[in-house]
Amino acid sequence: MTGVDAPPSPTGRPAALVLDGVSVARGGQTVWSHGTFTVRAGAVVGVIGPNGAGKTTMFQVALGLLPVTSGRVEVLGAPPRRGNRRIGYVPQNYTAALGEAIRARDLVTLGLTGGRFGLRRTTPAERARVDQALAWVGASDYAERRMSELSGGQQQRVAVAQAIVDDAELLLLDEPLANLDLRNQQEIVRLLGDLHRERDVTIMVVAHDLNPLLPVLTDAIYLLDGHPHHDEIGEVVQEELLTHLYGTPVGVVRTAQGDLFTRAAWRDHSR
Amino acid sequence: MSAVLAVEFQSEWLAILQSPFMRNALIGGSLVAIAAGLLGYFVITRQNAFAAHALAHIGFPGATGAILVGAPVTLGLAVFCVGGGLLIGLFGRRVADREMATGTILALATALGVLFASLASANAGTTTSVLFGNLLAISRDQLLVFTAFTAFVVLTLAVLARPLVFASVDPDVAEARGVPVRALGLAFVVLLALTITMAVQVVGTLLLFALVVTPAATALRLTARPARVAGLAVALALGSVWGGLVLSAMVDLPPSFFIVSLAVLAWVTVLAATGRRSRAVPRPLVDAHHPH
Repeated sequence: MTGVDAPPSPTGRPAALVLDGVSVARGGQTVWSHGTFTVRAGAVVGVIGPNGAGKTTMFQVALGLLPVTSGRVEVLGAPPRRGNRRIGYVPQNYTAALGEAIRARDLVTLGLTGGRFGLRRTTPAERARVDQALAWVGASDYAERRMSELSGGQQQRVAVAQAIVDDAELLLLDEPLANLDLRNQQEIVRLLGDLHRERDVTIMVVAHDLNPLLPVLTDAIYLLDGHPHHDEIGEVVQEELLTHLYGTPVGVVRTAQGDLFTRAAWRDHSR
Repeated sequence: MSAVLAVEFQSEWLAILQSPFMRNALIGGSLVAIAAGLLGYFVITRQNAFAAHALAHIGFPGATGAILVGAPVTLGLAVFCVGGGLLIGLFGRRVADREMATGTILALATALGVLFASLASANAGTTTSVLFGNLLAISRDQLLVFTAFTAFVVLTLAVLARPLVFASVDPDVAEARGVPVRALGLAFVVLLALTITMAVQVVGTLLLFALVVTPAATALRLTARPARVAGLAVALALGSVWGGLVLSAMVDLPPSFFIVSLAVLAWVTVLAATGRRSRAVPRPLVDAHHPH
């Protein structure tokens, strides 16, 4: 062992995700390698990096959908396996693919009972859990409507409800803020903060833009030069690192109130 | 003009309806309506409409090939539909890949069908009945096969229903949740192939949509709950088959025409009544439920 075994969190829970010398490949091509880090239980982690760096791939490893080519992975204290009910997952471009053939409520119910074979009605207890999840994300008002009839922000809330309905301990969200306007972005971020605080869920969020997430992030994993790195968020939001990471000048601003922002530091010198 | 004059009201249509071949047609048509209505929701959500259409055509060489070697037409249809379905299913989940594979297999199957038909020197009537169906020629043997097929489809669907809805509507999350998405896809395509094997003999290769896709599309305008869509689609398909047979007995014209017309009429009516809802609704920039 190389000494990166999960240090138990203050609550004594096993770490949410442990990678030890992990490499992953897709179609014979290494996506990233030498992944060694620990995401402690209860963290809110932004997963950032340029397009094609393998952010979604990391989720697929955690979900047990993609075997690693080397190294050791542990998710919530056990090896990754498909169908782990302790993980909630919201894929990229998720809600856009859901059409008019499903109601919000039924989609959330599938998150609870969708894997079950055989004819059996949804029990009152299961229905109560679905109602709870819908209420939790603030989607009760439009639970009976079709997904295609909802706005982007509403759809994203339903997606989160589906991911937490089975009491997931680890939530993986792939670009949940894409295609949302500023206000809806902030509302989803606030929802993630609530999940973290009130339900003690560990959250990993793939994001292009760190700014809207900065109020809730505790850590970040950044994929740089073919390797994943993990650090506390304050260590990651540095001009030099972000500039290197995105390959374009990025500035960091700290306001008098202590809020942190990143901004494009590129200037049009011809003007 | 003489064609118009050939349409004549049959005053003895009630007696025609009670004849043995009409009874077979009613039973056979009903069995197909049940299976087709149940599968419609999945054909639509899985974006399998083209595959369904293609499978019907892939059955064509099966039917003409069976005539060539003297085998039962149903057997030939079933073998080609199930085989073609599995072949299409193996081409995976990406719609673009599947469409290309389906189109190519479809072309080959149609070419084979033409070849077999000419080798078997099948008469025009046989070919016509494959292309347009001949519900009034359903035999007792075919009814037994239909009963077995429909029972198989209904029982299998009862077992697979929930995971199949999950895998059809929401494949990425279903896969992450451990649902065997790919195996379910292959199972579904077999059910679809069996149903199409029957439906082809009722409404024919060319009109198959009217029983497999149209009733479910109509039902989907009225409700989005999978179980209700299935129930409503079965009712609509049954109504079309029964109404079509009665009308066919009344004026002595092929039932296929009336079955399809009734199914389409229901769709158009519901479409007009519900307006261009759903897709036409532009996404509001902000959530309407938060006015502040």
